[in-house]
Amino acid sequence: MNRTTERLYNGIVKENPTFVQMLGMCPTMAVTTSAVNGLGMGLTTTVILILSNMMISALRKVIPDKVRIPAYIVIVASFVTIIQFLLEGFVPSLYDSLGIYIPLIVVNCIILGRAESYASKNNVWLSMFDGIGMGLGFTIGLTSIGIFRELFGNGTVFNVRIMPEQYEPVTILILAPGAFFVLACLIAAQNKIRMQRAEKKGENSLVCERKDGCIGCTNTLCGGREFEGTQGKEVSK
Amino acid sequence: MEQRMKISSSPHIRDKESTGSIMRQVMVALLPAAFFGIYNFGMRALLITLLTIVCSIGWEAGYQKLLGRRITLRDGSAALTGLLLAMNLPPDVPFWLPVIGSFFAIIVVKQLFGGLGQNFMNPALGARCFLLISFTGHMTSFSYDAVTTATPLAELKTGGSVDVMSMALGTIPGTIGETCAVALILGGLFLMARGIIDYRIPISYLGTFAGLILLYALAAGRGLDVSFLLAHLFGGGLMLGAFFMATDYVTSPITPAGRIWFGILLGMLTFLFRVFGASAEGVSYAIIIGNLVVPLLERITIPKAFGKEA
Repeated sequence: MNRTTERLYNGIVKENPTFVQMLGMCPTMAVTTSAVNGLGMGLTTTVILILSNMMISALRKVIPDKVRIPAYIVIVASFVTIIQFLLEGFVPSLYDSLGIYIPLIVVNCIILGRAESYASKNNVWLSMFDGIGMGLGFTIGLTSIGIFRELFGNGTVFNVRIMPEQYEPVTILILAPGAFFVLACLIAAQNKIRMQRAEKKGENSLVCERKDGCIGCTNTLCGGREFEGTQGKEVSK
Repeated sequence: MEQRMKISSSPHIRDKESTGSIMRQVMVALLPAAFFGIYNFGMRALLITLLTIVCSIGWEAGYQKLLGRRITLRDGSAALTGLLLAMNLPPDVPFWLPVIGSFFAIIVVKQLFGGLGQNFMNPALGARCFLLISFTGHMTSFSYDAVTTATPLAELKTGGSVDVMSMALGTIPGTIGETCAVALILGGLFLMARGIIDYRIPISYLGTFAGLILLYALAAGRGLDVSFLLAHLFGGGLMLGAFFMATDYVTSPITPAGRIWFGILLGMLTFLFRVFGASAEGVSYAIIIGNLVVPLLERITIPKAFGKEA
């Protein structure tokens, strides 16, 4: 696997921002009331993520280390403003349904996180693919949550009626608690698959590989127990 | 030398009661209200009640079987949750609704958090609120003698007049188990006399609520309006909530002072929801919100250990 496809795989599967890193939970919970909104939010964030990753990567040698966070914010905010005007002009219906969550992309921690942990250390080409991978991973996460919430909470998917007419929508799923239910179920299902796959390979999915704590660790299967158990000890794989 | 003294860790004194016997006594205490509900609303109420209990037991057994855990149906907690949930359902709900409701109560609120003793809110009330938000139409349409009417509390909220006597006896529209205040109070007194529930929670809950309602009546220029007070006490799910829901062992404080504060909090929340809220009833939301602060109440009310400085 070359480095560009590795970036895509990393963003979409291995370190999926929604299901593995659990970043950007605010838009994840708030706008996924329907599949269209999830897809729109995901793609909007993807575009901004790609642009800001490229810009920050290009400027990484120019930006002084001490003021890098404000500099990143200015770059991200500029792109968000441009995209916001474009959405307002060309897709006003999506602009209306996403509302306040478009300007809030500025403070989306996925974008700032990728800038800090990847784009500021790698070249423009790889940073672009990192942005595409992470953005698509986020889009897939939001859209799948939106599909389930819309299906059970409204009986439709992408505004097409799936459930029969007699189906009584479970209204709570398109309200805030429903986002938590659906996200939790999807993560549980993924962890089940990941664990089975790791067992098939003969790996112990619960082996802790980090000695510095659980922050930033992408092993969602151990739930913090392994680090507690292995703290201070040398962990062998 | 033969060892004379056997050493074992505490507890050294055991009560005759077990989880199962306590659950059964609570169920017995609920029976008058349940039977009155069936008498009041007819066969459909009986079917809904039985269906809810059977589904709760089924979900509990199914989940424990699926996970290969010990099946703990004998402690009766699933059956009690089912009975309590049924008492909270209107008699006219469609038959699929108790199935979903008991799934939410048993699987989501109870088993996913670790089973009996680990749930952070009352399973029956959690499920009631879930159903109330999801299927508002079914959960808030009440009929009496085949005529769709508003509950007395809703009448009261819109300024109508209510008959306090029929509210005490329970010949009013409402959910299956909440209408007959007399039967619920009898059940509550039975549990208190048997030492199953602590008097502190119901007394402080009802006392706070009654005091606030009286103050409100005075402030609103109604004067010392006793019938308004009684209508609020007997109406809705207050009696059912105060005696059977708020006293749930798992989700109420364990310290005596904490129980009093818990009751006061519930009384204040119920008052606020009923008088200033959008809907006429607020007992179930008050109790599940109260459930969430129970760990904090316990932490600030830990009694002083014997011999310790104040």
